[in-house]
Formats: sequence, C-alpha cells, structure tokens
Amino acid sequence: MLKDITLGQYYPCDSPLHRLDPRVKITAALVYIVSLFFVRDFPGFAYVTLCLAVLVALSRVPLSFLFRGMKAIFLIILFTFAANLFLTDGSVLWQLGFLRVTSEGLYRAAFMALRLILLIVGSSLLTLTTKPMALTDGIESLLSPFRRIGLPAHELAMMMSIALRFIPTLMEEADKIMKAQSARGADFESGNVLQRAKALIPLLVPLFVSAFRIAQDLAMAMEARCYRGGEGRTRLHPLKMRGRDRAAWILILLYTLILLVQAGWIVF
Amino acid sequence: MSAFIEIENLSYAYPVNEGETPRPALDGVSLRIEAGSFTAVIGRNGSGKSTLAKQLNALLRPDAGRVLVDGLDTADDAQIWEIRRRVGMVFQNPDNQLVSSIVEDDVAFGPENLGVPTEEIRERVDEALAAVSMEAQRQKGPHLLSGGQKQRVAIAGVLAMRPRCIVLDEATAMLDPKGRQEVMEILEHLHRQGITVVLITHFMEEAARAERIVVMSRGKVCMDGSPAEVFARGEELRALDLELPFAIDLAERLREGGLALPQGILTEDDLLEALCPSK
Repeated sequence: MLKDITLGQYYPCDSPLHRLDPRVKITAALVYIVSLFFVRDFPGFAYVTLCLAVLVALSRVPLSFLFRGMKAIFLIILFTFAANLFLTDGSVLWQLGFLRVTSEGLYRAAFMALRLILLIVGSSLLTLTTKPMALTDGIESLLSPFRRIGLPAHELAMMMSIALRFIPTLMEEADKIMKAQSARGADFESGNVLQRAKALIPLLVPLFVSAFRIAQDLAMAMEARCYRGGEGRTRLHPLKMRGRDRAAWILILLYTLILLVQAGWIVF
Repeated sequence: MSAFIEIENLSYAYPVNEGETPRPALDGVSLRIEAGSFTAVIGRNGSGKSTLAKQLNALLRPDAGRVLVDGLDTADDAQIWEIRRRVGMVFQNPDNQLVSSIVEDDVAFGPENLGVPTEEIRERVDEALAAVSMEAQRQKGPHLLSGGQKQRVAIAGVLAMRPRCIVLDEATAMLDPKGRQEVMEILEHLHRQGITVVLITHFMEEAARAERIVVMSRGKVCMDGSPAEVFARGEELRALDLELPFAIDLAERLREGGLALPQGILTEDDLLEALCPSK
C-alpha cells in the first residue's frame, strides 16, 4: 500500500502545461480562482468552462484522474446545493411541507455548485501538472520579494518540501507502531467512530516522538552537508522563464480582460 | 603519508541538566588518521565512537584538546563549512538523512548549499550517482528504494561535495546483509581512489576489511593497529564485550584443537584457503 502512494497528486506526463514554469502556473491558478468570484451569470461560466476545457485538453490529464479529487468534496457540493435550493426566498416553484424550492433558489444553487466544481477542477489542474518540488520552488521564488519585509520565503519552501518528503516515512512509522500495538492487543478496527478515534491517541503519541527524533537526525544530516539557509545557494534546476512562459503570461492577461469585460466590470 | 586528521588530547562531554555531573564521552583521545587510509573504529555502545565521528566534521566541538582536519581547526567558526565540505558524513538511519523526494535532487543538495554553478552541479550529480551505481533510480522517490540503495544515495550526496574524507557513523547498522555488502564494496572502491575512509561500526567482519582498527572503550582509545594485530588480542577484545570475527574465532579454536593453521587469517576466504588450498 505504501509503495504506490503518490506525493501530492502529480500526474506524470509531458504536456505543454507540464512544461510551463511553476511560477506561471501558480499565478494562473490564483488569477483563475479570484476570477471565478467576478463571474455574474451563466454565459460568464460558459466562458470560464471553455477556457478550463482547453487547459484540461492541453494537460493530457485523463478526466477520470481529474474528477477523482472531486469525490472527497462531493458532500460539500451537495450540501451547498441543497442549502441554496431550499433556503432562498423568492417565487415558489414547488412545495412539500416545509421544503420549498424557489426559482431564485434553483438559480443560486446551480450557480454555487458550478462555481465550486470549477474551483476544484481548476486548482487540481495545478497540482496534477506540477511536481511537488517544482511547486515549492515556484512558491519560494514568488514569495522572495517579500523577504525584505521579513517573510522567510526560503525557509517556508524548505519546510514544505521536507514535509512532502517525509509523508511516506511517517506513514511507514505509523504503520509500524500500529502493528506493534495490535500485537499487544490494541484494537483499531471495531467500535463506533468515536471509539476508533480514541484508539488512535496511543498511536499519535509515539508518532510525535519519532517525528521529533527524525527532525533532529535530519537537521544534523543537513548541517553535515553544509546547509546554512537560502543565502548563496544555487540550484540543480534553476527556474527560467522561456518563450512559452511569456506567451502564457499574455494569455492569462487576455483571459482576465475578457472575463472582466463580459461581467461588466470594465465598460468601454 | 601525511596526516589528514590530527586529534590531540580530545575530551568532550554532552551537555547535561543542572545538578547532574557530566560524564565524559571522550576522554583524552589522541589519534592521527593518514590521508588516503581506511580506518575502522569499533567499540561497544557508549564507548564514544559515534561522538568521535561527529568531532571529525565539527558537528561537535572539543571541550578540551584540538581536532585538526587537513590543517583546519574545528574550533574555528570560520572554518567549519570548509571542514564539512572536506569531511562528508553518512549517518545510521537511511531514512532520516535524505532531504529531497527525488534521488537526484537529494544528491544535488550538498553542492547547492556550496553555491556550485548549475552546470557543474549536474556534472557532479551524474558522477556521484555513477560512483554508487544508482543512475537508473535518479528520478525515484527515496521511499521506493531499499535500505542499501538509500545509503548509496546518501554516499552519493556526500561525494557530490567532492570531499577528501568520508566518515560513516554506523551507516550499515540498519541494513540487511546484502545492503551492507553493497556499501562495503563502494567504500573499498572509494578507498582505492584515494579518499580517506573512516568507518564507525560494530560489525567485526566489516572492521576486518579496513587497513587499521581503532578500538574505543569508555571514551578512550584502548587498541590501535592492523586488523591482524588487533584481532590477535582476542582475550582483551572479549573483555571489552567485543566478539572476534567468525573466521578468526574459528581459526583460533581450530589451533587450540591442534590444527596447524598459519597466522594472519582474517576473512572466511583466508580460512577456506588455509583449510583446503585451491592449488
């Protein structure tokens, strides 16, 4: 089970989207997420969906992979949809006891659900096409202008990449502790949710202890390899803006402009 | 040969809480390690051998006495990064010393820290991975490798800094026999290329493959010599709770039983040759 975990949810493939500089992709994802909140009507969503569909096609990520991430938040979407559907006032379309569907409610429910789905598909496209390491490099580089006001950009990125690196190690450790405790009669599998959650506490304590021990070992190993912060470091894979990245910047700008005009935020 | 590492009267005690008396981990150790030599340091748990290893690249600094690495004093703050570049270190737990989720990025970590230009990092990474035969796994995550492979990556990470000496702090303790064999072969190869190797171990079979064995007990050096010299003092080693390597132990018992075996048997191959000569 441990052998096939994927870090993050990267989909390895060589597509135009995979090859883009992570900084461009992170900026694009942020712009895209914010832009969703500027959309006012369904034609606006049609435009966003079309752009997203083009990106998905370019990324060569299979649709099944793309929607796998949706399963986890399906309940949230359903809940949002139901809440908007039943709790909005307006002209009544249909009523059964205290349940009442209004035309405004239907419109808002569809609107919200669509916004959530687009939000998730769009942002998972970022993590599907960018290696975790490239992602942290990109974040470091994007945050580095804020170093002047005291933001530890390099340290944050280093922490993220170490966290990613040690997910499998800590999972193995948890597995080991769980087996050791099962062997001595601990029960992780029966009982209701609350009882099972309680059974995990004796697992968490030793896991925390070993996390600290690992951190100490790692810190020493990093020092032994001359690590002394981001100052004066060079990179094996330095980030470099190429022609395609510059083209992407222009497309991002174009996308934003069209969206703002369509939604009536900019009027000529 | 000239001394690469010179230790003079080194004492060190780990910091303790107030009210407790510190117990010295190292107590007046003097040692010279020649450039290009292959030295094994053995001793039971708590003998100070790991503390000694960490003194060699300034991870720990002397309380008293002096450690000179290639002429640089480990007590001098201005020199410690140069010392750590020249003396690479591989630790016991293969999982807890790899920094990156991708093998080649991990090997690049050292040179990146040293500020080596990108093209040269690429060159050094390729060279280091080739030296430990891990080129095929360069894009893999460390969690997909065996223990022996992880230690080979850790060695590559050290080699990419182009050190003059490599110190292994019980680096084979958590490996299976196959992994240990892989690591030992790489060490012997590096030694032949002129890199100084210091191997901290509690496997006597591994120590027997070194040129020189230093035996530590209670923070002091208590024996120092070639494997043949050290293992000839079987009684003293047993008094220190150390076992003789299997081949040497067996040879000794056979001699006691009246079999005339030549001196200088160190490995199982030597013993085999003495018992039934191939020619």
